[in-house]
Formats: sequence, structure tokens, C-alpha cells
Amino acid sequence: MGKRRLWFWIFFGLAIILVVIGLTSGEFKTVWLKAKTVCLECIGIG
Amino acid sequence: MLIEKKRRLFQILSALGLNLDFLSLLRGEINQGKIKGVCVPALNCYSCPAAIGACPVGALQNSLSSLRYNLGSGQKKFGLYVIGSIGVIGSVGGRLACGWLCPFGFLQELIYRLPGPKIQLSKKLNFLRYFFLFVFVLFLPLFLVDSLGLGAPWFCKIVCPAGTLEAGLVLAAVNPTIRSQLGWLFAWKTVVLVVFLVLMVISQRPFCRLVCPLGTILGWFNHVSAFRMKVDLEACLRCDACQRICPVNIKIYENPDSSQCIRCLKCEKVCPVSCISHDWEVLRTGKKQPVLAQK
Repeated sequence: MGKRRLWFWIFFGLAIILVVIGLTSGEFKTVWLKAKTVCLECIGIG
Repeated sequence: MLIEKKRRLFQILSALGLNLDFLSLLRGEINQGKIKGVCVPALNCYSCPAAIGACPVGALQNSLSSLRYNLGSGQKKFGLYVIGSIGVIGSVGGRLACGWLCPFGFLQELIYRLPGPKIQLSKKLNFLRYFFLFVFVLFLPLFLVDSLGLGAPWFCKIVCPAGTLEAGLVLAAVNPTIRSQLGWLFAWKTVVLVVFLVLMVISQRPFCRLVCPLGTILGWFNHVSAFRMKVDLEACLRCDACQRICPVNIKIYENPDSSQCIRCLKCEKVCPVSCISHDWEVLRTGKKQPVLAQK
């Protein structure tokens, strides 16, 4: 259990760090801009 | 409340919660809310008019497809936010989201209830999901780029039946401008969707088992996630009742952390000796519980 707990916190911590770095470099806005426009590929046009 | 009823309630609430903007649906436009950039813990197309968040698979492909352009133009955007978001979802529950939250998984379970011949998909086909992940989600968006360095979300474009169902068909029905632009690609995607709809009638969760890139990534986290399955191997009768009820056809006692396991907990209910359990023990502090036999 101790080993699993350690791995969980390593992965969870890394994931949180990546999210924070991504957010500070403006990636949320990039995802938002894509998500708020109709994805032509998704609907089968582009 | 019985665990299956609780799971069904979660699936319904999640399907509605992730697609809450019914007004955009009626207007034939897509939601443009401020939280649309939040990666949701499920495969839910962000071009569905009512979707309130971003599909992690679509967001990941778009991050990769613009990576070379961003690097060429000096922008430090590597898709870390999307990768981190998937990591958070995975490290907390592994594939728990597949079994409890994913609207497309829920749809597959509903369609499987329709009468018709039922077959078990061969386990030899399981490798296909790695093919779709590595080729269509990672490789092609990253390396098949134009002169500017921009690629395309090839999984969304060629494969994803969730996009066709939730976005393509819906927008085509309610938006005349989009309807007038449909061509061969939409026809191809409709064929893919129909094939999967037929597969959903005859086999359990075919998309999750053969294709889903998000489920494949989250499956890797089953080994380390806070949520975990446990099997008391000393009590287990190896009767395979768990495998017979399992939507992904696994023997949970062979590997409770199997990357295939969607944590639907159906096996817990049918086990005649109740040797299968789950917990959030990794998050628990204080005195440790007695540990059951586990892999």
C-alpha cells in the first residue's frame, strides 16, 4: 500500500504541476478557443 | 442504494451535466461558455451544441497538431494543460470515469440492452485501441502537418463516432448552413457510426474495448490510481462469475489493476463469496486497514 500511495502522489503531483504550467502559459485559452468554435473535423466537414 | 442503481444515476447526471446547454442546442449553435476550456472526464465531443466542456481527446489532438506551429512561432504551448488534466482524472480514479461518467459508455450500455444476437469480442482485438491512440491521436496530428506546421485532429476527423452522433448529426439537423456543407467525409463518419451502433447491439462496450483513446490512457493509471479494486484471493473460488458479468470480459482476480477494467463494480455484486471490493485507501490517512490478498 505504501508503494502504491507513493506512486499515486507522484503521478497526481506531476499532473497538477503540468496543469499549473499549462495554465500559466495560456493553454486554457487555446483549448477554450478551439472548443468554442465548431470543430469541422468532428462533424465531418473539414 | 444498490451500487448498479447508483452507477446508473451517476451516468444519467453526468450525461446531462456535461451537455447542459439546451438553449444552444435549440438555436443550432454550440455552447461558448467560459468553462468550455475545462477538460471533462469523459469522451464527450465539444462540438455537441449542448456540451459545456472540452473533450480531452479532441483537446490533446489539437494541442499536438499545433505544436510544431507554436514552436516555430516561439509560443511555449506544449499541451501540458491537457496532458495534466488527463493525468489528474487518471490518477484519481483510473478508468472509473469510463464506468461511471462517460456518456458514450452509457449509450453503449443502453444499446446493448436491445434484443439481438450477443457475441463476445475476441481479446486478440484489444491491441486495436493502442493503434488508434498512437496513430490517430498522437502520430498523425503531430507529424502530418502543412507548410505552416499545422496538423489536424485525425481521430476526430476519420474515426470518432461520438463526434458524428453528438455533434455531426445534431448540428446537421438543426443548422441549415452546416447541413448544406456535408460531403463524403460526413458520409464516411456516418458509416463508421452505423458500424459501431450495430456492434453495440451485439457486444458490450465495443468502442471502449477496441478504440477509445481516452480509456486506453486512463487504463494505464489503474495501477496507481487512488481508487482501486481488491480481490481476496484466498476466498476466491475462481468460478468466473465476475468474468461473465464483466462488460470488458476480464477475470478481475487475475489482475485487479487491469488496464481494461472500467470499475463498473458489477463483479462485486455477483461474486458468490463477496471477495471483490473497492476502496480509496490510498487517500486514507491514519491507521491502516487489514490488507486483503491482492496483486
